[in-house]
Amino acid sequence: MSMSTDEVHAHNPARRIGDTVLSVENISLAFGGVKALTDISFDVRAREIRAIIGPNGAGKSSMLNCINGVYRPQQGVIRLDGQSFRRMDPHKAASMGIARTFQNIALFKGMSVLDNIMTGRNLKMSSNLLLQALYVGPNRREELEHREKVEHIIDFLQIESVRKTPVGRLPYGVQKRVELGRALAAEPRLLLLDEPMAGMNMEEKQDMCRFILDVNDEFGTTIVLIEHDMGVVMDISDRVVVLDYGKKIGDGTPDEVRGNQAVIDAYLGVAH
Amino acid sequence: MAQDGAGSPRDDTTFPRLLAAHARLRAGRTAIREKDLGIWLSWTWAQVHDEVRAIAGGLATLGVGRGSTVAVIGDNRPRLYWTMTATQALGGIPVPLYQDAVASEMQFVLDNAGIEIAVVEDQEQVDKLLEILPTYPRLKAIVYDDPRGMRNYPEKLLVSFDDLVTRGRAHLDAHPGFYEAEVDKGSPDDTAVMLYTSGTTGHPKGVCQTHAALVAVARGDVGFDGFDENDEILSYLPMAWVGDHLFSYAQALVAGFCVNCPESSETVMTDLREIGPTYYFAPPRVFENLLTQVMIRMEDAAPIKQRLFHHFLAVARRCGARIMDGRRGEVSLADRLSYALGDLVIYGPLRNVLGMSRIRVAYTGGAAIGPDLFDFYRSIGVNLKQLYGQTETAVYVCKQPDGEVKLDTVGKPLPGVQIRVADTGEVQVKTPGMLKEYYQRPDATAESITEDGWFKTGDAGFLGEDGHLRIIDRAKDVGRLLDGSMFAPQYIENKLKFFPHIKEVVAFGDGRERCCVFVNIDLGSVGNWAERRGIAYSGYTDLAQRPEVYALVAECIETVNRDLSAEAKLSGSQVHRFLVLHKELDADDGELTRTRKVRRGFIAEKYARLVEALYEAADHCEIEAQVKFEDGRTGTIRADLRIADAKTFAPVGAKAA
Repeated sequence: MSMSTDEVHAHNPARRIGDTVLSVENISLAFGGVKALTDISFDVRAREIRAIIGPNGAGKSSMLNCINGVYRPQQGVIRLDGQSFRRMDPHKAASMGIARTFQNIALFKGMSVLDNIMTGRNLKMSSNLLLQALYVGPNRREELEHREKVEHIIDFLQIESVRKTPVGRLPYGVQKRVELGRALAAEPRLLLLDEPMAGMNMEEKQDMCRFILDVNDEFGTTIVLIEHDMGVVMDISDRVVVLDYGKKIGDGTPDEVRGNQAVIDAYLGVAH
Repeated sequence: MAQDGAGSPRDDTTFPRLLAAHARLRAGRTAIREKDLGIWLSWTWAQVHDEVRAIAGGLATLGVGRGSTVAVIGDNRPRLYWTMTATQALGGIPVPLYQDAVASEMQFVLDNAGIEIAVVEDQEQVDKLLEILPTYPRLKAIVYDDPRGMRNYPEKLLVSFDDLVTRGRAHLDAHPGFYEAEVDKGSPDDTAVMLYTSGTTGHPKGVCQTHAALVAVARGDVGFDGFDENDEILSYLPMAWVGDHLFSYAQALVAGFCVNCPESSETVMTDLREIGPTYYFAPPRVFENLLTQVMIRMEDAAPIKQRLFHHFLAVARRCGARIMDGRRGEVSLADRLSYALGDLVIYGPLRNVLGMSRIRVAYTGGAAIGPDLFDFYRSIGVNLKQLYGQTETAVYVCKQPDGEVKLDTVGKPLPGVQIRVADTGEVQVKTPGMLKEYYQRPDATAESITEDGWFKTGDAGFLGEDGHLRIIDRAKDVGRLLDGSMFAPQYIENKLKFFPHIKEVVAFGDGRERCCVFVNIDLGSVGNWAERRGIAYSGYTDLAQRPEVYALVAECIETVNRDLSAEAKLSGSQVHRFLVLHKELDADDGELTRTRKVRRGFIAEKYARLVEALYEAADHCEIEAQVKFEDGRTGTIRADLRIADAKTFAPVGAKAA
């Protein structure tokens, strides 16, 4: 991996960022008396990499959970492809092409890498349970098609050597990659990544960055990612939203955000 | 004379002609397989011939012609092997490069070979070539096989492999008979391939081998072990290594056997099991890694399994090798029964795990193999044999015949090979596989071939009364201790490297009063050992300096010293002091060659302070070393190394005297 991410972008002047696909308008979310999110608005454009950053407890994961319907915000609207939702529900979100990974890995530990990624194809399977159990007729053909898609993902993420290894036996960094693979298996248009690089060493982070850029580049997937590590995010994102104590304190290109005084204060602390 | 691989012996003396003959004679048989997306894909000889024709057409449109050199860079992929035949068909010379070389190393070879066209596997290699491009503008085209990540590269000189094939087919349609006419123009005396030597000394040199030499050598090999079209091999060694070129290319095209390309370099173990090759060739390091992996996994196995394993390994050690050699009569009935039972419960399953169930012949070469390692494979029923040769002799000098396998020899001269030992102790040979020349290095060519036409191997050795050749060390490395006794560093290093905990050793002693060593521990094996003992460590550097690890290494050295004390010639070379290096020796830092041999001189110079400390009374030494990361950046590692003493023994012979 000899190329910095800047160069990758430089190689690719024609990366066509399109119109807004997702917009979050005036979202507020509270758990009892605790305000997790207060009046948050931002938008995500097609094919861009959009980062949400902020210190611990800033509301990043809550934001993501609102987008794919795990949490129901008390106020505000989420607009996806022009359709407005007071609240999303996870199944609806998935069928509209949103896939996600989790901060704490949520894979089936006893199942192989292959089977785990295969579960990501669930929504794309049309035959019924009986046919699936018997593995006959149209199901057989369907299963082969899904397997091929999954194999492409395995190839893409370079995890051929652990294809049949139970996920629980794999190192953390590889598990993260498998989780990304499962999200990709749903062929999402919008991919939500919750701290994809948490707990990784520098090399693993670089690998993961390259995969995220490749996904965006090869499949034109729109990506919203939450990350703690400022450096990593600034390198690969097109635009960044900064949250602090549930409020939006910055929004713009990495350079704009880097120069934003409120952001600097939030990250570096400020004398009161 | 030579065994006839395909067709009549007259008309197939270049590789493209051999391919044409296979396409005619065994059109429907599988020639090559590759695992892709989890599935083994196959190509028949007829299909391979068709692909090669198309690639040749495509290369012709890029300007490849007679005498052109074409770089081939990547893992073992069918398309890269085909590119070699296609280049040869046009009268060009394929130049395989080590795929893990960094850009600057590649530049030297590209420049030296005058390469204008490169055919590479993927984005990684393309990136390296693009990095070189500003200082190497001769490069006219880069053909890449795997299009992943390549969509947005704006460079004009990039051509996808699919495009190349499409262009090639169009070219062939427009010029009927073009390919056949080009193949006809080829002569057996043309250079077939240029293989760069690993460069233990100075810059790599391009060894030019002719079609005639390689075909003759491959026929000799095939005849020696009786390979035919039913054999299967797995090609996973670097294509730039002469071993792979002979094994996966020359011999495959002569014998017509099937070549299997693994899915990726990490899946070789799995792929080996799935294919179950009948013929296998690996440098000792690979056999060593396989064994280390097995041993690590056994240590985590249930106690009863461990007991069974160790019990039957002891039985195998006692009688397995003799049974393998067909000397059953010397083994007692009880042992034979024990061995048969062991074969059922341990050796058979073990061979299966190693992917060696169907192996008829396995060879190792390129470096000396530890006796215990060698014994292990033979005793569990793998017919592992040694061979000897170098790039310049197309690895065609000596091989061990079945039934005459000995630990300390590299075998008998092969048909057509003559061997003599010079006064200096250096082994010199005449072989059908003699290099044509070093590319554009008449000085080096003259230096390595004597006036009467013998190739100087640079190895010290002797022919025994049994007709077997024995190699001790590199001729220039064999030295003397101050007391005048012989010092063969590689011999000591190899003995130590057999311990699964020790990965690399560098021995010093020439011109000094005693022998001392640097040690690299094997992170996998020692890490596992430390884990089971609850020893916490943060990484290689930390683990290497743990006192417990020093005690572990000292134990290994003590065992070796005890062995050495029993050998009259070498008892003076017992290891007195040692240290465990703070970093793993690496080819990227110039400490190992690309074939992973230690570059002793370079290391002695780079770590001169450590060497001196070994010979002083110091018990620790500070060091700062530069390391080169895989992405080409450099950094420094600073460490304070302990130095420890090892127990030595009085020579066994001395007591009697």
